[in-house]
Amino acid sequence: MIFKKFNIENKKARDLIPQAITVLALLSVIIYFATNAQINMGNRGISFGFGFLNQEASFDITFSMIEYDGSHSYGRAFLVGLLNTILVSVIGIFFATIIGVVVGVSRLSDNYLIAKVAEWYVEIFRNIPLILQIFFWYFAALRALPLPENGISFNDISFLTIKGWYVPKFIWTNFNIFLLSIIAAFIAIYFINSYATKQREQFGKQLPATSISLATLILIPLITFLFLGVSLTFEYPVLKQLSSTVYTYEGGVSIIPELIALALALSMYTATFIAENVRAGILGVGKGQKEAAASIGLNKNQILKLVVMPQALRIIIPPTTNQYLNLTKNSSLAAAIAYPDIVLVFAGTALMQTGRAIEIISITMLTYLTLSISISMFMNWYNKKMAIKEK
Amino acid sequence: MNLIAKPSKDNIKTYVPIGLSLVSLSFLDVFVNAFFNFNLMGFLPSQLSYFLPLILGFIGFYLIRIEFSGVRSLDILNKNINSNNFNALLTLFTIFIIIKSIPPMLDWFILEANFVGNSKDDCTGDGACWVFIKVWFNRFMYGLYPDAEQWRINTAFLILFAVVGVSFFVSEKLKKYFILFLVFVFPFLGIKLISGGSFGLEYVESAAWGGLSLTFIISAFAILFCFPIGVILALGRRSSLPAIKYISIGFIELWRGVPLITVLFMSAVMFPMFLPDGTFIDKLIRVLIAITLFEAAYMAEVVRGGLQALPKGQYEAAKSLGMGYWRMNALIILPQALKLVIPGIANTLLALVKDTPLIFVVGLMELAGMIGLAKTNPKWLGMAMEGYVFAGLVFWIICYAMSRYSQNLEKKLSTER
Repeated sequence: MIFKKFNIENKKARDLIPQAITVLALLSVIIYFATNAQINMGNRGISFGFGFLNQEASFDITFSMIEYDGSHSYGRAFLVGLLNTILVSVIGIFFATIIGVVVGVSRLSDNYLIAKVAEWYVEIFRNIPLILQIFFWYFAALRALPLPENGISFNDISFLTIKGWYVPKFIWTNFNIFLLSIIAAFIAIYFINSYATKQREQFGKQLPATSISLATLILIPLITFLFLGVSLTFEYPVLKQLSSTVYTYEGGVSIIPELIALALALSMYTATFIAENVRAGILGVGKGQKEAAASIGLNKNQILKLVVMPQALRIIIPPTTNQYLNLTKNSSLAAAIAYPDIVLVFAGTALMQTGRAIEIISITMLTYLTLSISISMFMNWYNKKMAIKEK
Repeated sequence: MNLIAKPSKDNIKTYVPIGLSLVSLSFLDVFVNAFFNFNLMGFLPSQLSYFLPLILGFIGFYLIRIEFSGVRSLDILNKNINSNNFNALLTLFTIFIIIKSIPPMLDWFILEANFVGNSKDDCTGDGACWVFIKVWFNRFMYGLYPDAEQWRINTAFLILFAVVGVSFFVSEKLKKYFILFLVFVFPFLGIKLISGGSFGLEYVESAAWGGLSLTFIISAFAILFCFPIGVILALGRRSSLPAIKYISIGFIELWRGVPLITVLFMSAVMFPMFLPDGTFIDKLIRVLIAITLFEAAYMAEVVRGGLQALPKGQYEAAKSLGMGYWRMNALIILPQALKLVIPGIANTLLALVKDTPLIFVVGLMELAGMIGLAKTNPKWLGMAMEGYVFAGLVFWIICYAMSRYSQNLEKKLSTER
């Protein structure tokens, strides 16, 4: 008995000692760093705090989606940077998904040439560092574009030049109504689809839900144009001479070359990984599944929609979400070509001006951390929802 | 359609020659157009002559699409590139684009490019100016390392290659010592050789290191250190001791949640604030620590995948043999788990190599950084294309070789389970 008791206590002690050592070591490192930081900041005459966010930033940002100039605060500059990061990430994710799905499906094509071309696309773009691809597009490819006075024109509506891509500006009247109508259309589609699913599952009726949804999505916003006073006009970019040799475009929206280069490189690089996910997902659905679906009388579209895609998506979506997250984190490479994202604006310019390294780097890292953790929490939720419910 | 019979085995004798000649004609047209800038069908209206190759090729492919023709090569052709109208169109487009893009590429890379000379003025052609790469080659490889001392970098890498090469041919018993030497002795020997400062070698500060050799040095050290740290973190995350488990989780998720560039920023501007005033840690070492910790977090997740995939029976069997925690993990669990995740490990190491150019944020310049420096040299403006194509090619060869090697390793080590 005594021996046994001793043994149990011994095990408890064995568990406790390594934990205590680890925690103590971690705490001492943190305290050591914190003390040093306090002394260092005291020497430089700055105190820890986030009050600087309200101070006037007094620097300009080349590209901003919200109103911003030097008289706004550092907090506002942070917001501009964050919005620019989100903008390039959303554009990148959109195109990466399209290219990735096309290339991934092409790799499985029964056309030998197409499969080979897709394979080489993946091998080439996956094995070149992203930063080199960004440099290539920005410093080499986009610099070869013509000057504004002989910009490449698309039907005189939009112009591609070395200074950026000038596209027409959308001028809406009653945009709110239009937006509401789109939201209404999506809600309607949700109900149509759940009704169709119910009909299929209960009575075995097949409703053309996809075509009805598509019609709803077109019809409801169209009605707002015809009856509810929504209208859309375009403001086209026009070439203007500034001096004898300097030209520029006026009006419209200018998409800066930094954004184009970054979005191009990010989407082409990430697409290779998405393509591999798509390929693995489609290959992961067993042949027997398709044969079984065909043998119970489903047609080709139904097999794809009801049997193959749900199973393939279960394999494709988790790693693809991870790639979206990587793309968002990789968008921080923007700093290398001076696209004003959160790293360049905040961890770069703002840090240089204020010298508040600890606060600014912490805010920047926390922003990315929040983004990552919220996406991985969403992914865990999704995985749980989609997991095969075994009986 | 009744006028023209559907292609079948009956009319194979007439349809196949006609079809093949139409297809060849369409390829010939595009080929002549691309290489000799001469439009064979120029006598036709402009719109028609533009689309004619496509139309001809499409009809040709339609005519030769005969199922079970009995001719083996024709069947293989049809099955692979011509199984239906859509595939035929895709095939035509792909081949046209390839033919069309060969001449400009050939011109830029070789025919119109300049290879001889030693200044920008020698580049007279329209193509690439490879003189740029030739003149700067030394800098691209060694950075700002003094010319007279470059033999030291060469020697270090030669020793590395020699030891690795010899270790392939020695017996298993000796191999162990070679690996121990490579992991525990060589890195410090090599760094001493390159940095100098003793044994009569001139000291070369790390700010002068650069180019491709710096890429290799950083990758090698980061791989060396991130692997054991990653394994320990993975074991920590699976540990039954709560404090160790949650510290590991926090550490891993912190690094995985932020981009490497902010970690490097941190090591450059925030980390010095945490050290006593006046302490100075070399920039290269700070960067190495940052990259190592960053990649170790990713490595930990990969290794954890392997640990989770092992059946519980392996743990129980090891414990029933009376093995303790460390012996169980070192002898039973890790060898199997690591083998399972070779592709993941290889991908992490690949990502590490591809991340090295990011050290530009702290002012260190490896290959991509040196090209950035060279292309802004007033004597060599406008050479960005050549530089980045060269760097892309170098990195591509390294990464492609690594991924191929990992695939081979995976095949070699895979055992039936």
